[in-house]
Amino acid sequence: MTVVTNDLPAVPAAVTDARKAGSGLLIACIVVLCVWVLLPIYLLLVNALSSPAEVTSFPKRMIPSFDFGSLSFFLNFQGVGKALWNSVVVALLTMVLSIGIGAPAGYALSRFDFPGKEAFRFLVLMTRAFPLPLLALPLAVLFIRTGLDDTAFGLAIVHTTLSLPFAVLITFSLFSGIPVELEEAAWTLGCNRWQAFRKVVLPLALPGIAASAVFAFTISWNEVFAAAVLTIENRTLTAFLLQSINVSPLYLKFAGGAALVVPALIFIFAVRKYLFAMWGIANR
Amino acid sequence: MRSTKALPYFLLAPATVFLVVFFLYPFVLVAIDAFTKGGAVTLDNFRTMTSNWKFSETFRNTMLLAAVVVPIQLAMALSMATIVSKLSTGRSAILYIFAIPLGLSDLAAGLIWLAIFEQSGFLNSWLVSLGLIDKPIMFLGYQNKWVIFIAVVLAEVWRATAIMMVILVAGMGLIPKEYYEAAEVFGASPWKRFVKVTLPLLRPSLQTALILRVILAFEVFAVVAALAGTQFPVLMGETYHWQFALQDRGVAAAFAMLILVISIAFTLLLLYLLRVPKEARL
Repeated sequence: MTVVTNDLPAVPAAVTDARKAGSGLLIACIVVLCVWVLLPIYLLLVNALSSPAEVTSFPKRMIPSFDFGSLSFFLNFQGVGKALWNSVVVALLTMVLSIGIGAPAGYALSRFDFPGKEAFRFLVLMTRAFPLPLLALPLAVLFIRTGLDDTAFGLAIVHTTLSLPFAVLITFSLFSGIPVELEEAAWTLGCNRWQAFRKVVLPLALPGIAASAVFAFTISWNEVFAAAVLTIENRTLTAFLLQSINVSPLYLKFAGGAALVVPALIFIFAVRKYLFAMWGIANR
Repeated sequence: MRSTKALPYFLLAPATVFLVVFFLYPFVLVAIDAFTKGGAVTLDNFRTMTSNWKFSETFRNTMLLAAVVVPIQLAMALSMATIVSKLSTGRSAILYIFAIPLGLSDLAAGLIWLAIFEQSGFLNSWLVSLGLIDKPIMFLGYQNKWVIFIAVVLAEVWRATAIMMVILVAGMGLIPKEYYEAAEVFGASPWKRFVKVTLPLLRPSLQTALILRVILAFEVFAVVAALAGTQFPVLMGETYHWQFALQDRGVAAAFAMLILVISIAFTLLLLYLLRVPKEARL
């Protein structure tokens, strides 16, 4: 048996040709998919960067006129800045709550067999299966009684009921994919359970945990209904938009849509390294 | 070994307490709303719900939407995840671009596709400039229900495929490379490797991704509201309508119970179909 080194594989010419054709197809697919994802966002931004008159005119141009009429009208709308801040606070609280509570549960589900495990799994899935909007209504009554009504923390609690099952399911799937033998090896080498988790499992799971934190943040940032029901003075951006969008003309809708989209783009960009690191696991 | 026995319960305790207080308790309150009227136990709310003229259309729309959207998303998410895992250069940029819709609100997605489909929107502009039509068509009107359906499908596929893709990319990253090398040594084609190695080992991630997606498909709301208003009734939209416009919490709760039952049924089905035997876990 010959030893084939990883950096110099012996590849016949025919295989190289086939790979070239394959990579051509791959690049074509990537271009099509990128256009599919980016073009609709671009079109929304074109609308947002056009004057109100241009937005309602026909036909539409593909290049924005960089008229900030629509945007400045939207941004000068009273309460937009505060709504943005509220959205960030609620989303961060949701992220911390759902990972802090969800990841340990995901780990327990993946590593132990114990009575009540299926009951817990069912509880988690059932939570996700229930439409949150209706859940927000009895909670609104509950929050008024406890003084949590119209607070960022109260809304974050509701958003956590929505994102917690995501966190549990994703971390469960993630920990299940990390061989228990790695942990056992660490125990044999003198680590206790916590050390083995921190030094062996956590580095492997961290990118995925970050990904599920992205979900938690995103879920909260995007959530419209519960935010609209549970906040009055401290509206989040989505609730604020929903409130004003029913009575607003097209150019305000598109400026508002852009205001929702742009921070989301920045946020996903900020955590792109975690998404990349997730890919990096494949190279171990 | 007492500490090991207690450990899983210790780890599960925060999540359990949280769910009991903030989910089970309000859930019971909603169930009570659905099955009572004026304090008496009754099925009146369900009768009101099903006898409404819009009900069968609402139910059909929701199921049809899920049946069309989810398979398309599964195929696209698998393709995208495979492409990302094959890349050696520019993978972080591509992964970022593919993941963008993940960060967008369904309200924003609805508005984005509204920019394309509205009467003075981009689709009409393109069709006119290509000479295919003389004047803009009102795509999202009641006389074009199938266009509304297509617009909603496109918006949903566009928006929520990224969630599945990221879960699948994470899952694919956890499949040891040795399996692929072994399959290649035995002469398995890329398609064979995908079917015989990737898909079976991806099962836990597939299960997670599908459960999340199917349940979310039954809860479609803001995209439809932004694109179609009330012209394309779906279950969540009707729930909202009964809750706020018609001020009938009981019927709204009945709708919620219906969505709950469908969601649980499909969750159990997926758990069964994609179950991973303990011996087969990675």
